[in-house]
Amino acid sequence: MFVAQSSPFLKPELSVSKMMLVVLLALIPGIITSVWVFGFGVLVNIVLAITFSLLFEAVMLYLRKRPVKVYLRDNSAFLTAVLLALALPPLAPWWLTLVGSFFAIVIAKQLYGGLGYNPFNPAMAAYAILLVSFPAEMTTLWTAPVMLGGHESLSLLQTLNYQLFNQLPEALTLDAVSYATPLDVVRTSVINGLASISEIRSTGHTFGMFGGIGTEWVNLAFLAGGLFLLKKGIIQWYIPVSMLATLGFFSLLFGSFELDSNPSPLFHLFSGATMLGAFFIATDPVTAATTPKGRIIYGAGIGLLIYIIRTWGGYPDAIAFSVLIMNMCVPLLDYYTRPRVYGHNVDEEQP
Amino acid sequence: MSETIATSDINKDKKPGSFPAEGSFLAEYIPIAKDGLWSNNAVLVQMLGLCPLLAVSNSVINALGLGLATIAVLILSNMSISLIRNIVRPEIRLPVFVIIIASVVTTIELVMHAWFHELYLILGIFIPLIVTNCSIIARAEAFASKNSLGKAAFDGLMMGLGFTLVLVVLGAMREVIGLGTLLSNAHIMFGEGMQWLTVEVIPNYKGFLLAILPPGAFMGLAFLLALKNYITLKKKR
Repeated sequence: MFVAQSSPFLKPELSVSKMMLVVLLALIPGIITSVWVFGFGVLVNIVLAITFSLLFEAVMLYLRKRPVKVYLRDNSAFLTAVLLALALPPLAPWWLTLVGSFFAIVIAKQLYGGLGYNPFNPAMAAYAILLVSFPAEMTTLWTAPVMLGGHESLSLLQTLNYQLFNQLPEALTLDAVSYATPLDVVRTSVINGLASISEIRSTGHTFGMFGGIGTEWVNLAFLAGGLFLLKKGIIQWYIPVSMLATLGFFSLLFGSFELDSNPSPLFHLFSGATMLGAFFIATDPVTAATTPKGRIIYGAGIGLLIYIIRTWGGYPDAIAFSVLIMNMCVPLLDYYTRPRVYGHNVDEEQP
Repeated sequence: MSETIATSDINKDKKPGSFPAEGSFLAEYIPIAKDGLWSNNAVLVQMLGLCPLLAVSNSVINALGLGLATIAVLILSNMSISLIRNIVRPEIRLPVFVIIIASVVTTIELVMHAWFHELYLILGIFIPLIVTNCSIIARAEAFASKNSLGKAAFDGLMMGLGFTLVLVVLGAMREVIGLGTLLSNAHIMFGEGMQWLTVEVIPNYKGFLLAILPPGAFMGLAFLLALKNYITLKKKR
């Protein structure tokens, strides 16, 4: 029996669609922890974002005369939606998710030519646009984590009622259910000279056991999911390791000089969206650098920018801005870090 | 003025039969109007004067103010240059054009300072910066220096109108999306009695800051360009 074969002879281990599904699978521990810490708003955000994103994706594919079903099945819009939803505050009103999904799918992805052609991470581009356009909604609607005493938590129906119709149960104000995120507290207090790190620590509202209160467990869960992705070989170690190492190095460097105005490296690594950013956002195969050396520089750049923006910038967290800025550098990084072609320039002497 | 100066030869575009008979008044002037407003639009086709366009188009009134000032500068500079076109030696024509345009802009700036003071304060640096608007020297070099006074004045008017049209449309887009209003601050241009011109398009609108910020200008212009190219392509088919 002899069957004539033509290339490709090696089957790729995973299709794009399967790869996206594995990434989604790796997000599940983080999602469950987020729901436990921040309440049902996270789930509502995810469902809304998926609905809107798939809708926009289908409409744009139709308008661009691309096969709708084939491209919808690659699950990339699905993943973008989940990443965007995880970055949004848990009590985000529905229109915030709608605007975010629109910018992620229509502007940042499809208008650039669809999956594989977008220079910027769609979820982060949408997040940055939302943060710049609606600063109040994006920073004040974080529900207080479950381990923080003195706050009310909302049931699923109450959460839905707030996110869809802007109605809180009677006798509850927004202040009773929301809190200022650890990064926000540290930035506003330290920049304005209101309180030192040790004073903030003594209130017990901001620091948890090792990171920011609440967000430390979410970060830990995303770290676990990220390690699973590494083991599966979906992502390489270059970007997360260089990004986390750079962020840790600079927070250690500055933290060891002025203890009272710089939180510890652990706080930087386990609060905000650090782990989500390191393993799930910065590693996006389309928008990240492609060469090993380029990836290390890319990750280190993100880590450094996160530290700079968190410490001296105008916004509490900086994953989105850092990733977008480094996205812009990717063509340059790829150009200057091209690996040597095999057998090329082995010996300069020989012609 | 790093942008390339697009030259347009009016007579090239003229198709036989599509306009009234040769030499008639309309045959000379309709192509000029069509060129300025659409087929050779300063912004949408020549891509000139983008800096003031992007910076000042955050509301209709600002856009209209700068647009009218630009129209005035274009007409006056085109007329002056057309008048002296046979006197100036070609070797020194560019410095002469620049001096003429600069004087016209200074005059307009003083006029606005005197009669539209509030608008003058809002537009600020962008009034003197009209002098750097490439479409003005482009028209001087490509059209006014080769055509008669009447044609040059009409071309200035039409090019200015085309520029203002895009400016106002972009301003309206950004104002409606960004603030939910149209023609806000109408009184600083038309006087206190005209405050009723301000329209609240979307009541109780929270505002969409991005449209007012510079990125909104770039995105809005991109969509306008896409629309223009789409229409042009559709017509060709």
